[in-house]
Amino acid sequence: MSLSKVFGGMTGVHVPHRKNTAEMPAVRMPAPDTVVIPTVMHIGAPAKPIVKAGDKVGVGQLIAEAGGYISAPIHATVSGTVKKVEDIVLSNGRSAPAIYIASDGEMRPYEGLEAPNISSLDELVAAAKASGIVGLGGAGFPTAVKLDVKDTARVDYLLINAAECEPYITSDTRTMLDKLDYIERGIALLKGLLKPKQVIFGVEKNKPAAIKALKQRFSGQSDVKICVLPSMYPQGGEKVLIHNSTGRTVPEGKLPLDVGVVILNVTTLAELEHYFETGMPLVEKTVTVDGSAVADPKNVIVPIGTTLEDLFNFCGGFACEPRKVLYGGPMMGTAVPNLEVPVLKNTNAVLAFDDYDAETPAETPCLRCGRCVDKCPMRLNPPAIAKAFSQNDGAALYKYRVNLCMECGACVYVCPAHQPIVQRHKLAKTMLRAWQTANPPADKPKDGQAKKKGGDR
Amino acid sequence: MEQNQERKFIVSASPHVRCGRTTRGIMGDVIIALIPALAAGCFIFGPRALAVVAACISSAVLAEIIFNVICKRPHTIDDLSAVVTGLLLGMNLPASIPVWQAVIGSVFAIVAVKCLFGGLGKNFANPAITARIMMLLSFPSAMGAAAKVQIASVDATASATPLSIMASGELPSQSLLDMLLGLRSGALGETCVAALLLGFIYLLIRRVITWHTPVMFIGGVFLMSWLMSGSLELALCQVMAGGVFIGAIFMATDYVTTPTTAWGKVIFGLGCAVLTVVIRKWSAYPEGVSFSILLMNILTPYIEKATIKTPLGEVRA
Repeated sequence: MSLSKVFGGMTGVHVPHRKNTAEMPAVRMPAPDTVVIPTVMHIGAPAKPIVKAGDKVGVGQLIAEAGGYISAPIHATVSGTVKKVEDIVLSNGRSAPAIYIASDGEMRPYEGLEAPNISSLDELVAAAKASGIVGLGGAGFPTAVKLDVKDTARVDYLLINAAECEPYITSDTRTMLDKLDYIERGIALLKGLLKPKQVIFGVEKNKPAAIKALKQRFSGQSDVKICVLPSMYPQGGEKVLIHNSTGRTVPEGKLPLDVGVVILNVTTLAELEHYFETGMPLVEKTVTVDGSAVADPKNVIVPIGTTLEDLFNFCGGFACEPRKVLYGGPMMGTAVPNLEVPVLKNTNAVLAFDDYDAETPAETPCLRCGRCVDKCPMRLNPPAIAKAFSQNDGAALYKYRVNLCMECGACVYVCPAHQPIVQRHKLAKTMLRAWQTANPPADKPKDGQAKKKGGDR
Repeated sequence: MEQNQERKFIVSASPHVRCGRTTRGIMGDVIIALIPALAAGCFIFGPRALAVVAACISSAVLAEIIFNVICKRPHTIDDLSAVVTGLLLGMNLPASIPVWQAVIGSVFAIVAVKCLFGGLGKNFANPAITARIMMLLSFPSAMGAAAKVQIASVDATASATPLSIMASGELPSQSLLDMLLGLRSGALGETCVAALLLGFIYLLIRRVITWHTPVMFIGGVFLMSWLMSGSLELALCQVMAGGVFIGAIFMATDYVTTPTTAWGKVIFGLGCAVLTVVIRKWSAYPEGVSFSILLMNILTPYIEKATIKTPLGEVRA
């Protein structure tokens, strides 16, 4: 272990923290005139709208049902009238129906809300499903599916992801400081139902206030461990956090539960407990609004579906002309084409950058300097993958496991040649899938041949 | 809303921040790291040393410009890699080398070893090392000539290189301190070990290179020489003689032609050390650093393959 540390170096990169808003408790934004709620704000099947133009809705009222097991229902986030249900183009380029609601400004809760009764695992999963909560750290994976462990004997660890390793974002930090009661009661409930042997909070050490608060609150509970981790991006990557806080490795193609881990983002946990206590589903998000082009950076509690235009206006508009606007952090966030796009369930930050920060440096030839190899948290070899990709060599792409790339961007961050490594890996994954379809793994002789070919470098 | 229509956002793939390092910056760091040794060389061997280096750098840069123009390739001069190649080659030549030979070596390094393989990042062999070997074979007398140390206080008669003396099993006439300061004959940039070490420390601090290759290379030569001769002093002289330091610190750490993995770098450095000692001891050539690095350059793809890290969570079929 120590030898491999000396020779293998550290995996991950030191990115600037820029947690400018960590000290700023979230402020609630007044209801916008209109919200735009897409039916795809999670991984899985789109939700199915059950309202039509003209319907009156209250906050928390179901407006779209889950479209399958891996899906999530969607609720009205303001009170008012449904204006229309119309397709919009999402940031990933696909289009999906979105529900437009004109707010009456009253934020009147829906009358039918009631707190669920939870005394068994099945009731927990059903309640989580009804809450509409998805992975709020950014992934957007339906939380009910994660909690659906079937057999609690499989659960060794309940791991709470509070790493928040992306620069700028402080919404999880605020959750830990402002919603600690919900976190505490949520942990108590999940401990009782999932029966983990240990609860671990994984927190990067650049959040001293949150660490102190957690340690104080859980000091009496010996089965709750606050694991303070180096501020090393991508510490909050699911597989990375599991590896660094439990020592376990999630094998490729498997889920955390397969190694005995249920992992939830800390805000996801707080929102779950909030729903369990109040019956109010996921209708608002704490969003960090920051970046060099933002006049007045702050943490904002905002109804889901609020357009970025309205959100930035609430933060004093722009200090200078924005050139790049992101959903999420600068390492894995998605650049958006305009300000008409809404805040989604898994939006934890909205950043706007000026000319200087938006500039993308020009690509130069790869030097084989090996920085990407050193820094890859999944221990992949980007130069080898690049070569396999350029030669359209599916066997080599499989050999070098491009499918394990989580697209964290640590390699691109350190690349002195500004190579588009993440983009290349995305394309290489598609190439690999095509090759795998053409070469099923059961085909032994082909596999042997493939290995030979893959080694030819 | 009106204003909104005019806004044009850049939509690019993540990540949206970079650490700020560039190829040019790295090459600049290598140049800075070479300056102490270059200054020492000019001091020890006189102004002709500077002329040789200047000729190498300018011809390397010019050769790259002309090659790119003829082949209609984008210009690549401002990545500074041609400057580094010219500088390194110049520092690996004796100060007495005829300028036209230095220019030929420099053009060979850039055109034949680098550009013809596709430019920076595509060459399999270190351009400066390969050009030096070409010159060693083509101009043996000029390359073998031991330039005299130009400092008055040093005994000018001791002009045979320490390596050729040690090849016969004797200790060189220089003291260990003279060897450390570079007051001996040899290539103009290789003699001043102290200045090269300064460059090494700079490169480590700037995180341009890692310690693996240089430590394994230099340490390997030292240990093997010690074990084989039983003399600590001779082993120290072996390490400080010839081009071990400049080779280990500046040539065996060239990104393009050496392994990317940490274990690969260890193997590369050890391999260089073994080959250097073997060539010094048993071959017709008194010095083996250049040959050993070139041979290890050829082995690099295999070392790389053997030391590739296992992906986290890989399941073997």
